[in-house]
Amino acid sequence: MATHKMFFAGSGGQGILLMGQMVGSAAIHEDKESTFFPSYGPEMRGGTANCTVIVSDKTISSPVIFESDCVVAMTLPSMLKFEPTLKPGGVMFVNTSLIHQEPKRDDITVYKIPVSEMANELGNPRVANIIMLGAFVRVTNIVTQESMEQVIHEVFGESKAALLDLELKAFNLWKG
Amino acid sequence: MSKKVLMKGNEAFAEAAIRGGCRYYFGYPITPQNEIPEYMSRELPKRDGYFIQAESELAAVYMAYGAGAAGGKVFITSSSPGIALMQEGFSFMCSAEVPTVALTVSRCGPGIGGIQPGQADYFQATRGGGNGDYKVPVFAPSNLQEGVDLVYESMDLTDKWRNPVFIFADGLLGQMMEPVVLPEQQKFVEPHEIRALKPWALTGYGDDDTKRNTIISLRIQPEDLEKHVEKIFKKYEQMEKELVRVETTGIEDADVVIVAFGTMARITKEAVEILAEQGIKTGLIRPISLWPFPYQAFDKITSKTKVVISAELSMGQMIQDVKLGVNGRFPVRLLSRTGGVVPASLEIAERTKKILEEMGG
Repeated sequence: MATHKMFFAGSGGQGILLMGQMVGSAAIHEDKESTFFPSYGPEMRGGTANCTVIVSDKTISSPVIFESDCVVAMTLPSMLKFEPTLKPGGVMFVNTSLIHQEPKRDDITVYKIPVSEMANELGNPRVANIIMLGAFVRVTNIVTQESMEQVIHEVFGESKAALLDLELKAFNLWKG
Repeated sequence: MSKKVLMKGNEAFAEAAIRGGCRYYFGYPITPQNEIPEYMSRELPKRDGYFIQAESELAAVYMAYGAGAAGGKVFITSSSPGIALMQEGFSFMCSAEVPTVALTVSRCGPGIGGIQPGQADYFQATRGGGNGDYKVPVFAPSNLQEGVDLVYESMDLTDKWRNPVFIFADGLLGQMMEPVVLPEQQKFVEPHEIRALKPWALTGYGDDDTKRNTIISLRIQPEDLEKHVEKIFKKYEQMEKELVRVETTGIEDADVVIVAFGTMARITKEAVEILAEQGIKTGLIRPISLWPFPYQAFDKITSKTKVVISAELSMGQMIQDVKLGVNGRFPVRLLSRTGGVVPASLEIAERTKKILEEMGG
């Protein structure tokens, strides 16, 4: 396995950092190495949020990256910011519910998914990130579906058990 | 051996302190280390420990002084401007030979500065801002496992040396997540056990005691004070022999040697790989102990090396120690970013190449 470098980006409150942490946790379940580094600042809900996640089968030296293999963009500003970091052949996931602009690059693969609308149809706009996470896992295989479902059970296990079924449904919603 | 868990740096440092036996934590909020007091306020009371949110960093450091003098195992943390306020306390604790482990999750300055990672507190940590002749061992982890291990070990080192021990992390290490294996829980020391373990501690009069301990940092007679300073400096001399920690890679046949610590070192490791792909052999000296500084590591640099680079997230502070280590044998150059800007490995590689070209090779 190679080293996978990715950005998860959107606005505060969309569960961006949670997506990144869940990918990191799933990687640990598979005995892989992983680093997660969030943008941190004085912003609260509504500000920009992004994180860098690296998954590798060897020791990761730098948690700071200058190019990426994968970008998950949940808002327009995050697509504009991170699309240029993709290596040729990279993969970008675009939340077309909120991004009505076409990506510029023609040397990458783009998955356009209206996750905010899909989440509304499921009855809870807050699961948009988990729908996107499902697409991310099934397309990239950087971590397996099984280990991510295990992480979902951990994250929504005790205090948030009422959400577990919804989260699993959201995770398995996008089939491509 | 327990299993790997994905943890945020700040929470991992806090947990390592508890597992190292810390029972007392005093703190005042400041970004980017806020997860530490948050974690301690949640965990310590559940685990037979004590958390106090102090009214200021100055209050926190003197709570540590008091609890340490009474024989408690103490951990305090802050970030750069907060550590500035604590400096007086470190000087007092060194003089009074009171243990405590202090950790900074450094950000960029000067002044209130910003909350992004910085290393411009190298002088603050290694030279200190307190008054008088004193020294504090400073360890700078460059990944979370190393940070966990150093915090854990320092909980013992501080007792062994009866001197504060300082951990230098930065905003990136505090905020990032990475897998760690947590060490096993040390037994908490009960108050009635302190007298036997720390006969110097302020445990009051015992049942059959006629004499109680005193801990002071005031010595009004010059001869007394001189004798005391010489005594603690004997300790520092011994620390210089026993506490030097350094990681070196590929310096024997290097074209260029980069010296970097903490976050900058781990990014530089990737730059070394990029340079290797271009046929440039780059050695790395990574000081883990910033004081005592690993000057001896520089003796291994061979005449094949054209330049030694100090790579820092500051305008150049460690470079003074690098020059002492190099001792005039090689040109020394600075590779720096500051203000909270963290360079990627590619930038470090390109700037290293440029410096090497300027050296004529």
